[in-house]
Amino acid sequence: MSDSDNKTSFGAYGGQYVPEALMPALEELEDAYERYVLENEDGFMDDFRARMREFGGRPTPLQRADRLSERYDCEVYLKREDLVHGGAHKLNNALGQVLLAKYMGKERIIAETGAGQHGTATAMAAAHLEMPCEIYMGRTDVNRQRPNVYRMRMNGAAVNPVDTGRGTLKEAINATLRDWSKSVETTHYVIGSVVGPHPFPKMVRDFQSVIGTEAREQIREQAGRLPDSVLACAGGGSNTMGAFHAFVGDEDVGLYAVEAGGSTLEIDEERGVAPNSATLSTGTDGVLHGAMTKLLQSGDGQIMESHSVSAGLDYAGVGPELSYLVDIGRVTPVSVDDEAALDAFHRLSRLEGIIPALESSHALGYLERAAGPAADDASGQRPRAEEHENLGDLVVVNVSGRGDKDLETVLEETEKRDLEAAPDVEVFDR
Amino acid sequence: MTTDSDIERAIRENHPALIAYITAGDPTLEETAEYVEALDRGGADLIELGLPFSEPIAEGPTIQAAINRSLEAGTTPDSFFELVDDLDVEAPLLVMTYYNMILQYGSEPAVEPFVERAADAGLAGIIVPDLPAEESEPLREACEDHGLDLVFIVAPTTDGERLETIMSQVSGFAYVQARLGTTGARADVSGATHDSLTRLSEYDVPKAVGFGVSEGDHAAEIVEAGADGVIVGSALVDLIAEKEGPATALEAKAEELKAGARRGAEDVPEPEQP
Ligand SMILES: Cc1ncc(COP(=O)(O)O)c(C=O)c1O
Repeated sequence: MSDSDNKTSFGAYGGQYVPEALMPALEELEDAYERYVLENEDGFMDDFRARMREFGGRPTPLQRADRLSERYDCEVYLKREDLVHGGAHKLNNALGQVLLAKYMGKERIIAETGAGQHGTATAMAAAHLEMPCEIYMGRTDVNRQRPNVYRMRMNGAAVNPVDTGRGTLKEAINATLRDWSKSVETTHYVIGSVVGPHPFPKMVRDFQSVIGTEAREQIREQAGRLPDSVLACAGGGSNTMGAFHAFVGDEDVGLYAVEAGGSTLEIDEERGVAPNSATLSTGTDGVLHGAMTKLLQSGDGQIMESHSVSAGLDYAGVGPELSYLVDIGRVTPVSVDDEAALDAFHRLSRLEGIIPALESSHALGYLERAAGPAADDASGQRPRAEEHENLGDLVVVNVSGRGDKDLETVLEETEKRDLEAAPDVEVFDR
Repeated sequence: MTTDSDIERAIRENHPALIAYITAGDPTLEETAEYVEALDRGGADLIELGLPFSEPIAEGPTIQAAINRSLEAGTTPDSFFELVDDLDVEAPLLVMTYYNMILQYGSEPAVEPFVERAADAGLAGIIVPDLPAEESEPLREACEDHGLDLVFIVAPTTDGERLETIMSQVSGFAYVQARLGTTGARADVSGATHDSLTRLSEYDVPKAVGFGVSEGDHAAEIVEAGADGVIVGSALVDLIAEKEGPATALEAKAEELKAGARRGAEDVPEPEQP
């Protein structure tokens, strides 16, 4: 294990900073995680993998992106998590946890959601496994991710809009934690990323690690070697840790966590607002939602309102293991802004026929910035710009989800901007 | 146990004790000073002041709203401590806040500067709703060094070994959470309260019950069930939010609650004086 010097933490990060009422439930969950997930008791993991194959559509392909490879003058492979049932990597974790809850004898599922992808995946898994399900979602996110609200409802989940604060992921997590502190004896909280108190960060990582495990095998088969770098967007960091985990021990493989740069990395201390969600790049150590990790916070310790055009990245915290891997230099945090992500969204759609989630578009946006024509032009085309050189000749990008849910947002945001790769959106009669 | 702390003494000498919570800075720190004095006059034996944190996950809607009002009024840890510096009341004061607020006070994430400043301001104890015993060692040590009590919450779900651990680490009093869920005034006393007090009866630490207590009759019932004190928060915060002469209303409410607690103690033998 590369990660832990202590059972509940990653170096100084992680831990269990929750109200006492939840501690017995975390102990119970830890025990279930160890028995069912780590030791495959009662064939739990076999059951999980079979369901991910038949219900979830795994394994997902690792696809060589021909046009991107040409554009960036290196081999670019896409890990196609957008093809998982539900349209994102989120099902890997949601199905794992709902199944675990079932094995534990829990009667009810609750979850928070930001983009609605985790809520959707949880609602699907709960329907599949016949569990009642309630989803908490910030009001702002309800409004900007409507298709997902409908999908959750179709699968029989109740959706509870959360009106506090700015109405995004942070408030949804608060509301779900409050529900859990009341319902903990019968209910399992399916947390949506590698965040929260132990054992969630490890357990969610383990359910998501199938991404990197498959990709590692696939790239060896298809390209004959390990990649020079792996890129994944990072909100809470579940697709990120999922993609990275199998590669952490491969020291020559660069791991890039691409965060949402929002409109700017500058922080507005006065208003307590960070117009970005670049927690790994700019955050400081503190405790939020049960874990010690890097946070966007004021000097006094108040958590800031984050921002990203992508709801799934719009969070002031990040998984503790990522904070740790960044601190020890194993993971490189980078960020791209809203505009670059939107541009990358259009580029992948046009060049490869794949409409990526706005979250995943951040990872693609970084590839463009590091290796795109402009990057190399600025430094005289050859030799390559430094960032491009660092990415190497064989790059895997995790396409964590598909972008159907984002079309409204993208059309609206594209109209406001002059984006290189965008089609003429005025033809849409809106 | 060697000598009683200020908090233990306040509970034993005023048994059964009334512990009042309000959010500091709701709606302003100046008004908080008035309200603390009113509660003190009304018979509160200990007063908990909430230092607002932006993500109060243990709080129900009433206290969440109070915290928002306080943050909007610009309450900071420094202005909070300045308020406490200037307060002159009989009841010992505790600060209730979330762990991140404690960690971030000072230039590096560490608990020491906060505890030192709290001791300087004359605070007698700290309650941290998101700090379970497992993570509490640094804060416990700092509190010991500076002579502050660190109060732990015992939940309806706390049992067996966990209960042992908590009760061996707690100082001041054990905060018995009356029911699962968040803070907020309720119309009755939960069955979980009786169960918890029974489980705790063998421990020689004062026990105070909170979460949902709103009326004198609740206080009576809880004390009758074996509690050494009752903790009332949301019902007081409601009076502040209603803005109909909060100071007078708080004083009257404290009197009602204290009288209720006393009624509950009439049938129960007083604990032995140390
Ligand atoms: C497609 C997609 N990618 C990424 C994320 C970000 O989550 P994480 O950082 O946990 O992978 C989300 C979150 O909703 C998402 O929907």
